[in-house]
Amino acid sequence: MKTTQEVGIVGYGAYVPRPRVPTRAIAAAWGRSDEARLPVREKSVPALDEDSITMSIEAARSAVARARVAPDRIRAVWVGSESKPYAVKPSSTVVAEAIGATPWVSAADLEFACKAGSEAMQAAYAFVGSGMAGYALAIGMDAAQSKPGDQLEFTAAAGGAAFLFGPSPEAVARVEGSLSYVTDTPDFFRRQHMHYPEHGHRFTGEPAYFAHSRGAAQGLLESLGRRPSDYRWAVFHQPNPKFMRRIAAEMEFTEQQIAPGAVVDRIGNTYSGASLLGLAAILDVAKDGDRIFFCSYGSGAGSDAFSLLATRRLEEVREEAPSVRDYLARRHEIADYGTYLRMSGKIRLL
Amino acid sequence: MELPRYHRMRRALYHLEGSACAACGGRFFPPRSVCPSCRKGDLAPYRFSGRGTLYSYTRVGQAPRGFASLAPYDVGMVRLEEGPLVTAQLSDTEGVDLAIGMPVEMVTRTLRDAAEHGYIVYGYKFRPLLRP
Repeated sequence: MKTTQEVGIVGYGAYVPRPRVPTRAIAAAWGRSDEARLPVREKSVPALDEDSITMSIEAARSAVARARVAPDRIRAVWVGSESKPYAVKPSSTVVAEAIGATPWVSAADLEFACKAGSEAMQAAYAFVGSGMAGYALAIGMDAAQSKPGDQLEFTAAAGGAAFLFGPSPEAVARVEGSLSYVTDTPDFFRRQHMHYPEHGHRFTGEPAYFAHSRGAAQGLLESLGRRPSDYRWAVFHQPNPKFMRRIAAEMEFTEQQIAPGAVVDRIGNTYSGASLLGLAAILDVAKDGDRIFFCSYGSGAGSDAFSLLATRRLEEVREEAPSVRDYLARRHEIADYGTYLRMSGKIRLL
Repeated sequence: MELPRYHRMRRALYHLEGSACAACGGRFFPPRSVCPSCRKGDLAPYRFSGRGTLYSYTRVGQAPRGFASLAPYDVGMVRLEEGPLVTAQLSDTEGVDLAIGMPVEMVTRTLRDAAEHGYIVYGYKFRPLLRP
């Protein structure tokens, strides 16, 4: 899919909260002792005063700072998340107000499991590309939910990124095209009034994550007449270190191409934020002329793929806001499972 | 419910928006309608940068009603680089040795326990610089 007008990412920003819980603390609480089998060493957890709205605000402010755009010129703020603080009341209006984009702005929250953020990117790309908006902001952010004791608890993390789309001449990365691939695949869900999502265990793999990531990625490459070797960098959705590397290897992307965006290795799976945070980490290192391949995945299920081309402006504005590396470097360890439960809001009084 | 109150305060809470006096150039936070320096009434909204230094601080162990979910937490007086002294909660301070004069920056966080009806109040806090 291509827009009639050339569009690019004109600014980007990331956010990862400071607290980290070692996964061995989670394993110990549930009587699992085999540390070698833990998917990641530690994961990010929101502080007591953070949620997906506050994290979105900081990422959005960084995106606007790098774009050097007056916030009242932004015509859309779309927040993709599956950890909205309110069941009814948009997160996007708080973010739009906090960055100074109100009142002449479109705003809504999107939900598509881990694909909500990249769906916001598709919408923002199209909104600018159609000429309806000069600038549109897409955010993917989660304080990821997981049932205590479930396998997901070892990876469900907090963080995400924001991307401001705008005219191609101002781009830090031009959009060359995008493609979505969606089917009804029930691998993961949470109904209203349920605190934690349910998942289909092994069913989340081949028929879900792999089939959809493969569909979107191959489809976009074929439509553009490209091969994985045409790209300097690549990022896939990263629910755990294994899935991301398996799809990359199957598609013939190398470890060197995905390494800078492999944020899951450091902080776990940030759900709607995961692939976007990986893309932000790649923009932190990409140089003028580097091609970047992006592919998200969200349960339910679907993938969005983007082909991007980094510009010289990327290197000029990079230092205007904190890098993903800055956020990964600041950390405060929560050593005990009880404190982790409190901070992630999992303690409920009867 | 205090919804209208928080709604009226949102520019101050989200943007650290105070006021500036056209007559004497004084800058104030929270916003004032009459200049406390020169007594003129020609004040315009003024958005502070959010950068400042820690003037003083303390740790709250016994939190007042409405803040128990955050305790213990740090509170600081912050001298904004534009001049005013602002009292606010400090954030991301666990394990940090706070010091008078330490540079801090404004962040937007939840300010208090969610009220019984569930409304979440967002607003300014200060944290040690993310990139010193």
